[in-house]
Formats: sequence, C-alpha cells, structure tokens
Amino acid sequence: MSKEQILSSDGIPLEESLKKAERKNKLKALLLVAPLFLFILIIYIFPIGDMLFRSVDDRMITKMLPKTFVAMEKWDGQDLPDEPVYEGLYEDLSLLKKNKTFGKIIARLNYEKSGFSSLIKKTIRKIDKLEEGNYKEQFIKIHKRWGQSEYLVALKNTAPNWSYAKYLKGVDLKFDEKRNIIQQDEDRRIYKTLWLRTINVAFWVTIFCFILAYPIAHLLATLPMKYSNLLMICVLLPFWTSLLVRTSSWMVLLQQQGPINDLIVWLGWAADDNRPELMYNVIGTFVAMTQILLPFMVLPLYSVMKTISPSLMRAGKSLGGTPLVSFFKIYFPLTIPGIGAGSLLVFILAIGYYITPALVGGASGSLISNNIAYHMKSSLDWAFASALGTMLLVGVLAIYWVYNKLVGIDNIKLG
Amino acid sequence: MGNDHFVRFENVDKSYDGKQLVVKGLNLDIEEGEFVTMLGPSGSGKTTCLMMLAGFETPTNGQIYLDNRVISDIPPHKRGIGMVFQNYALFPHMTVYENLAFPLRVRKISKDEADKKVDKALSMVSLQGFEARMPMQLSGGQQQRVAVARSLVFDPKLVLMDEPLGALDKNLRESMQYEIKHIHENIGVTVVYVTHDQTEALTMSNRIAVFNDGKVQQLSSPDELYERPVNSFVAEFIGENNTFAGEVTDVSGDKCKVKLNSNIEIIANPIVAKTIGQKTTVSLRPERAIIDPEAAMDNNHKGKIEEVIYHGDHTRLRVNLLGNKDFILKVPNSSNRMDIKEGKEINIGWNSIDCRALDPK
Repeated sequence: MSKEQILSSDGIPLEESLKKAERKNKLKALLLVAPLFLFILIIYIFPIGDMLFRSVDDRMITKMLPKTFVAMEKWDGQDLPDEPVYEGLYEDLSLLKKNKTFGKIIARLNYEKSGFSSLIKKTIRKIDKLEEGNYKEQFIKIHKRWGQSEYLVALKNTAPNWSYAKYLKGVDLKFDEKRNIIQQDEDRRIYKTLWLRTINVAFWVTIFCFILAYPIAHLLATLPMKYSNLLMICVLLPFWTSLLVRTSSWMVLLQQQGPINDLIVWLGWAADDNRPELMYNVIGTFVAMTQILLPFMVLPLYSVMKTISPSLMRAGKSLGGTPLVSFFKIYFPLTIPGIGAGSLLVFILAIGYYITPALVGGASGSLISNNIAYHMKSSLDWAFASALGTMLLVGVLAIYWVYNKLVGIDNIKLG
Repeated sequence: MGNDHFVRFENVDKSYDGKQLVVKGLNLDIEEGEFVTMLGPSGSGKTTCLMMLAGFETPTNGQIYLDNRVISDIPPHKRGIGMVFQNYALFPHMTVYENLAFPLRVRKISKDEADKKVDKALSMVSLQGFEARMPMQLSGGQQQRVAVARSLVFDPKLVLMDEPLGALDKNLRESMQYEIKHIHENIGVTVVYVTHDQTEALTMSNRIAVFNDGKVQQLSSPDELYERPVNSFVAEFIGENNTFAGEVTDVSGDKCKVKLNSNIEIIANPIVAKTIGQKTTVSLRPERAIIDPEAAMDNNHKGKIEEVIYHGDHTRLRVNLLGNKDFILKVPNSSNRMDIKEGKEINIGWNSIDCRALDPK
C-alpha cells in the first residue's frame, strides 16, 4: 500500500510547500517570543540551575588540597595513612599559606568535624619549620589529632566533588565517620520541626483563606454590579497596598497594647495584666498570612463562580432539590476548579512566605524561608540555603504533581 | 380535560424597583392539560410571570393558585413544577443519566424505578443510548431534548418552558416545535410556554396570551387571535397587518363607516370603535384583500403598485392605497397574474367583516 503523494500546483509535494509557506510566520512568531524567552532564561532558569548546582557543589576543598586527595585514594581509611598523604598535606598547606587562602578551608573542615579549626591553624603556623622527609611523624608532633584516624577519615570524606550532605542536613540527618547516614544529634535537630511547621502553617492558611474567600467570591459573582464592584475594590485594595505596610499594620493591631488586645480586655476575655500574645508567635503568622493571601483565593474562585449560570441553581430547585442539596450537588462541584486553583496558589505562596513570618512570626512562627534567608545573609552557608531552596522547590512540584493526578491541571481556572 | 383553572393568576402585580410595575393586575386561568403560550415583546412581563409561577420571584400583590392551592408561600423545590430554561441549564458536571436522575434522587425514588423513568423520558425525546454522555458532548438540539426530558422525568403536572428554542437554528427549531407539541399531546401535561416568536406560538399552543406592557392583551386560540384580534397591538404583533387611521362617521349594526385621513370613507367592522366620532385604526390582513374583485365586495378602491417583491409561491405587492403607501397585498403565484408591474393602477376589494376598526394607535 503506497500512499500517493499530493502535489501542490507547482509540483512541489504539498507538505513541503505548506512548510515553506508557514516558515516565515513561524520565524516572526519566534522573534516575538524571543525577548520573553531570554528573560525567562536569564532570570528564572539560570538562577534555579545555579541554585541546584550550588547545593551539591563541594569542589572548593578538592581544589585546595589536590595532592592530599590524590594520595588518599590509595588509603583504605582504616588505620593511619602512610607518608605520601602527609607529604601531600604539607605541600598543599604550604601553598595555601603562601597564597593566604586557608580561611575557607578551615571553615569548611571545621563544619565537617569540629576540632579541625585549631588543628589546621596550628599546623599552618608551624608548617615553615618542618624539615624534609618523614612528614607523618612531624605532623603528629605538631598536633596529636593528625595521629587520630577519625580526623583523616573526615578529611577524606570531603574529597568528592559533589555531595548531598546539605540535603541530609536539611532533614536532620548526617554522615558519620564511616559515611553511614545517621540522625543529627538531638540538640541540633531543628529542620524537621521547621518543615512540619511550614507545611502546617501553609495548610491552615489555605483552609482559612478558603473558608473566608468562598462566601466573598460568591457574593462578588452574584451581587448586582454596583455592589459587586464596591466589594471587588474592597478585596483588591489591600492587594494593591504594599506587603510591608500590611504586615506592619498587623503588627500595630496585634501588639500587646494594640487595639485587638484592648478589645479583648474590654470584653473581659482576658485580664489587663495578662494580655494574650497575638504576635511573635504562630498566631500572628496565621492571621497576617491569611489576610495577605486572601485575594489569591478570592480571585480564582470568583472567576469560576462568575461562569456558573444562575439558572443552574434554579434548575436544581425546580427539579425538587432543597437549596442545600442544590448547593452541594450542583454549585459546589462546579466551583472545584476554582477551589483547586486558589488552594494551590495560596499553599504554594504560603509555603515559601518570608516577610510576614519574619516580621510577626517571632521564633515559634518563623518558617523554612526565614531559615533560608538566615543562611544566605548571616551564616553565609549558601550551599545549605540552596539545598533548602531546592527541597522547597521539589516539594512544590510534588504538590503540583499530586494535584494534577487528583484533579487534573487542565481543570484549573485562574480567570 | 379536568380542572379549568388549574393555574390561576389573580390580580397579580409585580414590581422590581418599587417605581414601575412590570406586571399589572394580571388575571389568567389555565386549564389542566392545556398548552398555553405567553407571547410578547421583550420586557412585556411574560418571563416575570413564568418566574413567579416557578417560585423564583414573588408577586408584589395578588395571588397565584396551582390546583386550587395558593403557592406564594411554597418554595420552588416543593412546587413540583418542571421547568425548561432558556439556556437548558443542564448540569455540566453530570452525565445525561445523572441529570435526569437528579429530580428522582432528591425524591428518594429507588434506583430501579429511577432507571425505568429515565429510560422512558429519554425514549420520549428519542435519545436512548445517550445516558453516559456529558452535556458538552451533545449538540444544541440534543441538549434541548435532554432538558425537556429532565423537566418531565418526575411526572410533574405542570411544565414551564422559558424560550427553550431560542438558541437553535431555524430548521431545528421547527422540528423541535412539533416534537414538543407531540410530547404534550401524548402525555397530557399542562404546559406554560414563553416565547417572543409568534410562529412558534401559533404552531404549538392551544391558547395564546399576548402580553404587552405588563398586561394580557388577548387570551385566545391561535386562529381566533389571528382572525379576530381585539386591539391594534395584537393585530400588529400577530402576523402581517395593513392599517388605516381614521374616524368613525356612522355605525349601523355590524358595519360602520370610517372616514380616513385622505377623506375617503371605507366600510369596516366595528370592534372597539363603536361610537360616531371615535378615532380608530382599521386593521386588514393582506391575504383578505383581492385584486379585481369579481363579487360585489363592500370595499373597492383603486391603488397604484409601488413595488413588486417576488417570493416564489406568492408575490408581494406594496401598493399606495387610500393614502397608505405601505399597503401590502399577497398575490398567489398563478399563470394569469403575469401583468403585475410597478406603477400600474389596480382595483383592490375586501369585505367589511375582515376589516376591523380597533383602538387608535
């Protein structure tokens, strides 16, 4: 069975001539999207790639101690290594001292195992006085830790170019000396709590937003134009106000001598000398985030509800469904795409929210993003910040995937 | 047929804004098993009446009775009235089966019986085998039929239809008109149908209520409505109509003389204008006037053909007659009428009984 080729009137196969005719248009279309494509590439794809890269990049130390690591390849990691490893160490450290670039390595190694800081500092101070040959003995004489195999094992563990140790740290796990994955020491376990709190806050903020937004969106969609416009402005006005202004005004409202506390005292729900703390804890985070994220729930719900014809509810009633039955069997199922879109939007925004928890959250209300900021700005452990960021990103993608499986992403309606 | 005031509107007023009455003192009786159409231009209050009957609007004043019960205080879902909406209002997230089963399920009818009823309703609109389809997968006409089937599936005694055929194309609309009419004849349900399309109303109804300005202008059978309109609005709204404005100069029995603005007198049938000196608009259907009348008709005048419009089975003439430049004449297509040309003078005659002197416009 051979398919007959269709020719256009000038004898060229139809398919080819169609492509030729379309080529110019395609090129034009490409030119039009090129700026956006470049923009996305530079400001979105590239930084995310960089973040992924940084979170696993561990080459710095490999580059600084090249000879040591080459020599260590032959070492089994059981007893103390032989002379070549110490010779390599001597050469690498001498070079670092000459270039004065040993600061970073101290921090990195001390992070791997505490005690390295003094060890390296002392060694570098005395390294010029070493005589040639028999470095192993001389090194142990400088500091006895060079004679303890756990330090050399820790050193060896830093050899690979890539490491996922930051990710382990992000979930309160770590490597022990034998590179087994174990739990972090109990007093240093903070990330699991932080993750759970973040997810918990995002979940409840989504629920609160849904409860508040559903009736508002319904009113917006059904009220006569002049009222619904006014209501719409009420929804959008805070949305147009700066995030910082809104968060700070919540601080004014929620503080211990603030109007909400005054009201609570006036109503007699609390004694004046025992005012409840509404801020610098998780309550403040809940209240402020719910208010700030509310429009992201209202708008998708509204856009879906507006498309639901009022005659559907009437039909439901005329067919004998009580208002409640009609609502749950007809109206509610039709708003699910909006609920999905709004919840996804609010949850994803909430899970990475930064400013509001930073300002009103205090210690018990701060979220994972605040910790990322801390590592970016204070501890300067960018690799770890990147790892946390990547975990957050993967988490969001996972939620998106689950949502797609459950509801179907095509069913999302944002407007 | 049973109860002759199965549905009764008694002095019903309706106002939305407290300033204007959309429905004014409406009185209307509908017999059980009847097919009554509310016909009127948009804004005439017909849909409002339907909505009050369905329970989605409350009358500002007056009472509505259904089967001798006042229904103003009964919420829509307890009235048991089937309804077909303008845009069908099928539930888009339910299959055809679920749509039809909805009224049965809320009535707690067992699944077996529900299946039977759904099957019966679907066969009524010849849509068996479509149970699993979603409404979006159906054509407009099919959706329409599902909507009709759904309004009938729970055996209501009364079905309301709010311009159900408005969104369909002409051919489909016509075939659906017959289909709905046949369903009505077969199951004997009372139907109140709202439309602004007079052909639809004339084809389908037992009786038509012509609405204008919040009032029923005339309630009668289609032929009565067409042949004997009681006022100018009805004459103008239903079918084609030629009018002459004038003044009654003489009345004798079932005839009167009307002096037209062009000072010529014609003989007419006094319907509304019964006293001498009354202003009137005389109405005459185009097909009741004849060219070159042979029998002695009591009106016989000369007119000049202004325009000839060919319509296939008939030819339409626009004639300047007695000062009315838009007098329309219908001439059946036949071989001996080939001499009709623009500018020609012709004799036109009609009987005074067909020429109704109504209220002035």
